Amino acid sequence: MDLSLSTRTVGDRTVVEVGGEIDVYTAPKLREQLVELVNDGSYHLVVDMERVDFLDSTGLGVLVGGLKRVRAHEGSLRLVCNQERILKIFRITGLTKVFPIHTSVDEAVAATD
Amino acid sequence: MATVELRFSALPEHVRTARLVAAAVARRAGVDEAVLDEVRLAVGEACSRAVGLHLAHGIDAPVHVALIEDEKKFAIEVGDDVPSGPGEHASDDGSEADGEDEMGLAVISGLVDDVEVTSGANGGLIRMSWPTAAATAAP
Repeated sequence: MDLSLSTRTVGDRTVVEVGGEIDVYTAPKLREQLVELVNDGSYHLVVDMERVDFLDSTGLGVLVGGLKRVRAHEGSLRLVCNQERILKIFRITGLTKVFPIHTSVDEAVAATD
Repeated sequence: MATVELRFSALPEHVRTARLVAAAVARRAGVDEAVLDEVRLAVGEACSRAVGLHLAHGIDAPVHVALIEDEKKFAIEVGDDVPSGPGEHASDDGSEADGEDEMGLAVISGLVDDVEVTSGANGGLIRMSWPTAAATAAP
């Protein structure tokens, strides 16, 4: 399965809904999307990963890169994920301390800190 | 002899194929269903790393994967053709590619209990194994 990406604006947040597999082949597409959003002035991003089937370290690298970019503009990058197999990857790499991870898009959009 | 062997051109689009084949062979070998996600992720990480190394060093040779089933365990070997030796240290400029390489290895060592990473003049090899149902069901 390929990667699917769609974006929508909720208040001052931009929600990026990601579906499919984020791996060494598809991660560059996600990177392009995040770079484009930041270049267009969207600095508060919510990445909804509920429909992601697979995530590897290349995908983690892209998310960390996205976080670095929004932080340069005092922005934020929040994740939405309830899938244990995806959360496990964040845990074993220690990235649960780096990314705010929410259980729903509503919660992520409402979060301020 | 390996149960199944794969050789694929060192291109990112083929890593998914390696993941699917590895998971299918692991399932047949009796690896617990709950662990198959880990097998899929670990073999994907190892193959992504090998593809990255081949591309970075301009090596045309394919990446090789051996899926080996024996009575008690299921092993996967992912080999690359990038030699390492004196004077061949990874660059230390903190580039994104190096960071991803390290993160890939971090994920593998976090996921797999039995893992061995070796490198030599003929290339590198990541060897990982998981117990099969026959081994875990033994009295």
